[in-house]
Amino acid sequence: MSFEKFFNTAVSSWMSQEGPDSDIVLSSRIRLARNIVDFRFPTLFNSEEAKQIVALFERTFAHRSYGGAGRFELLKMSELQPIEKRVLVEKHLISPHLAEDSPFGACLLSENEEISIMINEEDHIRIQCLFPGLQLAEALEAASGLDDWIEGHVNYAFDERLGYLTSCPTNVGTGLRASVMMHLPALVLTQQINRIIPAINQLGLVVRGTYGEGSEALGNIFQISNQLTLGKSEEDIVADLHTIVQQLIAQERAARQALVKTLGIQLEDKVFRSYGILANCRVIESKEAAQCLSDVRLGIDLGYIKNIPRNILNELMILTQPGFLQQYAGGALRPEERDVRRAALIRERLKMEERRKMEGDER
Amino acid sequence: MICQECKQRPATMHFTKIVNGEKTEFHLCEQCAKEHGHMFMLYGNDDFPLNNLLAGLLNFQAPMKEVTANAFPNPDLLQCETCKMTYHQFTQIGRFGCADCYRTFARYLPPILKRLHSGNTAHSGKIPKRKGGVLHLRKQLALLKQKLQELVAREEFERAAEVRDQIRSLEDELRQRGEGEM
Ligand SMILES: [Zn+2]
Ligand SMILES: [Zn+2]
Repeated sequence: MSFEKFFNTAVSSWMSQEGPDSDIVLSSRIRLARNIVDFRFPTLFNSEEAKQIVALFERTFAHRSYGGAGRFELLKMSELQPIEKRVLVEKHLISPHLAEDSPFGACLLSENEEISIMINEEDHIRIQCLFPGLQLAEALEAASGLDDWIEGHVNYAFDERLGYLTSCPTNVGTGLRASVMMHLPALVLTQQINRIIPAINQLGLVVRGTYGEGSEALGNIFQISNQLTLGKSEEDIVADLHTIVQQLIAQERAARQALVKTLGIQLEDKVFRSYGILANCRVIESKEAAQCLSDVRLGIDLGYIKNIPRNILNELMILTQPGFLQQYAGGALRPEERDVRRAALIRERLKMEERRKMEGDER
Repeated sequence: MICQECKQRPATMHFTKIVNGEKTEFHLCEQCAKEHGHMFMLYGNDDFPLNNLLAGLLNFQAPMKEVTANAFPNPDLLQCETCKMTYHQFTQIGRFGCADCYRTFARYLPPILKRLHSGNTAHSGKIPKRKGGVLHLRKQLALLKQKLQELVAREEFERAAEVRDQIRSLEDELRQRGEGEM
């Protein structure tokens, strides 16, 4: 398969769109956890119950369309290859838990890959809407509409006092998890992030880097989400998160200005060195790739680098993970082989942009 | 111990995951853990770290057990009739077995929910449409009754009379719909 063809089928349409505040916010996600009355939760249900639930969804929702999202396709985990499942996880469309541990798990996926409804994950139903940029309220509205659509066909487990009953007590109430993925390189570089994360945690929100502590986050990408689901309305939960995210955006932008002022040519040098590595490397580990991609993305935002689309960071952070690398290679890869493939994929992606630019110039 | 992902480097990172009540252990080298962790993060598996914390949190319930000891000699033996999950199992796994567990374990839940949800124990969000009709009316009714008291206290009798009429018509509606739906 040619790289362009691989690339075009690999990237979901939401990934290549820009949203509000796309320079800093990569994506907004809403997840609603729901369960069906009269079935035990996935923690304890038997295969018969699990199959009935999947069958119900297949009968009622597969091949039907909802809004502008297109038709839904039902994917059964038991019928997918390991690499296919891994790719769905890396695209953020299903959870690792559904891919790895849910023998009766399934997923209703919309044509544009903006909506996925996981079935038999930790709860019977997990509705997920993923939008580019900062669009929490829009994503909530979409998820809530889908929720109504599904509720038109099934009876939810709901308690007048406790709200939506979920398998885990951390989700009871609204069953809502709202999260925003942010690129915060300047707050990391100026070390302000170490002060900000504990402050945000105190506000009842969770900040997560890729692994380890704040400053170690892979590619300077952080995910911020609500922790409590009980006692506040969906709109309030989302509005509170939105407020904090806006403050973070302002702080990141201020830190970028400060860096440009204090570092000047050195910052530009850092950006272009990273670009040089990505454009020329033959072997690259995921950590170095993520750091260089972050630098290049910052360079694009600051106007140092032109003619490369902004979403290259989101795309390549996803495409350079093991599942995609193996799909690109057409088979299983050892970690050292992945590092070689990763380098090749990044070079190809950058070359593709150069070709596009040249074609554009000729016109 | 060797990393179970690449089967080459020594495993230095160890994770525990609980699925369907069964514990699975992961032993990974740093590089594979990063790639694995990377996956968790990018998907934003919201509950992954939280659930590990939760099992610890639920096990740490010694003071509460003493308080409730009189009501139930051994709360661990309390069992949900629908799914057969015991309270002890729940504290181990950190997950309910079915919706009825919430009712079965009700007397033990408020402190847990308070801790997880910043002191909150009651839902104030969306209500499913099916159950919704009556619930919405009841909520509205409670709000109006509160408003009525406030108006009377402030001696705004004209507006109080309006609210009283609204309450009456809501109560009528509830009586009619309540019979049909409940
Ligand atoms: Zn390994
Ligand atoms: Zn139960």
